[in-house]
This record gives sequence, structure tokens and C-alpha cells, in this order.
Amino acid sequence: MTFLIDYLAGILIVIGAFFTLTASIGLLRLPDLYTRMHAASKAGTLGSCVVLIALAVHAQDVAIATRALAGVAFFLLTAPISAHLLAKAAHAAGYHLWPGSVRDEMAGGTRNDKTTQS
Amino acid sequence: MMSGESFLGFCVVVALVVLCISFLLTVVRILRGPTLPDRVLGLDMLVAVAIGFIAVLGIKTGFSFHVDIAISLGLVGFLATVAFARFIMSRKADPELPPRREPRSPWEPGR
Repeated sequence: MTFLIDYLAGILIVIGAFFTLTASIGLLRLPDLYTRMHAASKAGTLGSCVVLIALAVHAQDVAIATRALAGVAFFLLTAPISAHLLAKAAHAAGYHLWPGSVRDEMAGGTRNDKTTQS
Repeated sequence: MMSGESFLGFCVVVALVVLCISFLLTVVRILRGPTLPDRVLGLDMLVAVAIGFIAVLGIKTGFSFHVDIAISLGLVGFLATVAFARFIMSRKADPELPPRREPRSPWEPGR
């Protein structure tokens, strides 16, 4: 049973590390802020969450496993919020999409731009 | 067939090397910019990579307080990103930014 847990934890940390590598390659190669945000906020968060799940599997203690799973829930909740907030702030400040973008739904500004500018 | 211990040790080494490479790639993006939101996004990604590092080290060494460090680092990274987003929203885009360019290829590397 112990060697099964070791195998599962090892496979999970390698998967998480490669997700993180994918995210950083996307961060380096993609053309503008809004496309880089896809790589960083999805693959990056998934990478660290999978490694934390591996820690929860490997820990022989309920307290450590619970804390690791609480950390996973926390990152899954906060990563979309921070990415969305950063994208909205950058768009409101006037950073352009790259020229290959098909359409910009917020090009004319949204109705509540005036209220969020404060 | 390897034993569980040696397989886990091998996986820890592989994961640490891969995380080092992704850490360096993220640092390259932070140094190259070109704009402030790109750097903020790179710092956010750096926090995610650091959490992965801490979790792998927690598996390797078996210390339980690594999880608490990871959670608090994630909280600090989230608050930093929110504060930077408010800061970016309160000021306009850099005037020295080059104007829109013609697309060359979909896989053109960033400036």
C-alpha cells in the first residue's frame, strides 16, 4: 500500500511540474497580455494544485492532507479572480490586444467603466 | 520495477529540474516585459511556481509546515496581484508603447 502511495505521489508531482512548464512556455511565447493570461492562470494554477494534491496523498496525516486540500480550494478560487481583475484593469488602462485578435467585446467600453475607474 | 521510495526520489528530482526551468522562463518574461501588466502576470506565475517548489520540498523532506507556507504565499501573491491591478487601473497605458503592428505569424514570439 505504501509503495502505491509513493507511485501515485511521484506521478502527480511530475504531471504538476510539466503543467507548470507548459504555463511558463506559454507565458514566454504567446503574443500579448491577454493570451499569456490563459497560460499563466489556467495551466500554472493547475500545476501547483496537482503538486499540492500529491502532497495531500503522500502525507500520512489527516491534518496535513486537509490543509493541502484547503490550499487547493483557495488557489482554485483566487486565480480566476486575480486574472480577471488584471485583464480588466489592463484593458481599462488602454493596453491593446495584439493585431491578430479576432474581436474585442469591450472595445467601446462597458457601461460601468465610469464607476470602476475610481 | 523500482521500489516506491526510489521511484518517488527520482520523480522529486525530475519535478525540481522542470520547476527550475519554468522558474527561469518566467523570470525571462518578467525581464523582457514589455508592459507593466506583463510583469505583474509574470510575478503571479512566479508565485505559482514557488508554491509548486514548496509542495515538492514538503514531499521530499516530510515537514508539515511547508503546507502553511504555501497557503500564506498564495494569499500574499493574490493580494499583490489585486493591488497591482488597482494600481494599473488608476493610471493610463505607457505612452512610449509602439502602435499596433501588422500580424506576421500566429507564433511570433513576444517582444
